[in-house]
Amino acid sequence: MDHHSLIEIEAVSKHYGPARDGVLALRDVSLRIRAGEFLSIIGPSGCGKSTLLKMIGDLLAPSAGRIVVNGKTPEAARRARECGIVFQTPTLMEWRSVAQNIELPLEIVGAPRAERQQRANALLDLIRLREFAARFPGELSAGMQMQVSIARALAFRPAILLMDEPFGALDEITRERLGRELLDLWTKTRVTIVFITHSVPEAVRLSDRVAVMSPRPGRIERVLAIDLPRPRSAATRDLPRYWELLREVRAALGLNEPK
Amino acid sequence: MRTLDWNSEMRLPTFVRAHIQYILIPFALGLFLLLWETIIIVNRFPAFILPTPREVAHSFGANWQSGIFPRHLAITLFEIGLGFSIAFTFATSVGYLLAKSPLLEKIVSPYLIATQAIPIVAIAPLIIIWINTGSVQNALIAALITFFPMLVNTIIGVRSVREEYRALMRSYAANRWQVFAKLEVPAALPIFLGGVRVGITLAVIGVIVVELMWADRGLGFLINFAQGHLDTPLLFATVAALSAMAIGLYLTVVFIEKIILRWRRSVQ
Repeated sequence: MDHHSLIEIEAVSKHYGPARDGVLALRDVSLRIRAGEFLSIIGPSGCGKSTLLKMIGDLLAPSAGRIVVNGKTPEAARRARECGIVFQTPTLMEWRSVAQNIELPLEIVGAPRAERQQRANALLDLIRLREFAARFPGELSAGMQMQVSIARALAFRPAILLMDEPFGALDEITRERLGRELLDLWTKTRVTIVFITHSVPEAVRLSDRVAVMSPRPGRIERVLAIDLPRPRSAATRDLPRYWELLREVRAALGLNEPK
Repeated sequence: MRTLDWNSEMRLPTFVRAHIQYILIPFALGLFLLLWETIIIVNRFPAFILPTPREVAHSFGANWQSGIFPRHLAITLFEIGLGFSIAFTFATSVGYLLAKSPLLEKIVSPYLIATQAIPIVAIAPLIIIWINTGSVQNALIAALITFFPMLVNTIIGVRSVREEYRALMRSYAANRWQVFAKLEVPAALPIFLGGVRVGITLAVIGVIVVELMWADRGLGFLINFAQGHLDTPLLFATVAALSAMAIGLYLTVVFIEKIILRWRRSVQ
């Protein structure tokens, strides 16, 4: 076994509904995700990207194949709280303050109050929203809510951050800003990120590798290494290589005009 | 130079504008009482047809002093409290179970709906035969109509929890109790408390109806008694006391709701 891969997905299929008709969402997907890498999964709607992510997080079980998360079954990994999850909507508890929302996962494990507060404060510093600690989510902008959601997912110090189109519902400006913030966070925490997106530029800007999926039944079409230098900045977009990679990802998605 | 701002000259002082409702509400009430009194004076209605506000107030004062009002009010309040508590306990526990099990809901709900379709006055005699213990039977009959909105809102409230939130709790490996206490209860509260608002007013109606028809105590009985003796001022005084009590109970629920849902104020 390759000891560098933190998540191993081997010949995984997922079938929804009755065995006869029903829907085949994923067919024979294999992928290895390395410790500490930023991997994006991109593909058209309904290609099973979310399904794949949910199976890593043990929110769904595969119909066939095998998934290993940090040397464990997905269920054991979930019980060991190896994965933090961020959904497309912030999914904050609107009756809890921002700080209490970040503390929630720690409350579940029964961490003492002082430790919870300390951790919440540290995470709020990390996302630079300390002064909003006592506010309720309803008082925050959509972008800030998403940042809190990410901070909450990091509360356990998980090895893996699973992000299901986290910036999909945000406007372009906020989206870019949060992308930069996320890279900053990733550099500081060295968490492994599996990031699902619809956006080609976003995938190229953020990732070490981009896995391109085909339409349903989803398969991994290609995995492209994004060999752009880090740290990435706005200047990254001036590199010819950036545009080449955009074209390659688009080609893998079948988006380019036939010549 | 001072600019001419004719608008501000016309405006009421800020304090008055901010608290205008506290001035207008008593003013409207005063106007209503004055109109009432005038109609009687003009038409020369006798007290047993339509008493004046002052006669009603006098009757209320006299009966309060003699201890009649406090005694009957206490009984009615106790029955409402008991009936409401029974309904609350039943609605939350059964409601939660039904919310979690659509199959159970399909099996049980026809019976629950039937209890609401049959008029309370048709079921009440049966309960009186079975229980026949005054306050407890009255409370139970009131509970029978009170539980339904709270039950329905418990089910809707618990089911309103979005799947992503459950997935989130699952990713934390939260146990059943934690999902219940930290997700389902707080998420269901806004909808549930709407049901409590309706429930508390139904509890008042339920107790009064039963007292009117069968009881020998309580405000409902007092209305019956006043009618039998053509003591219309007492009848009015009782209805007024009853309204005040119902409004008080409703406002208490609203107040508790405001405290529990204080996070909502920020959402507006």
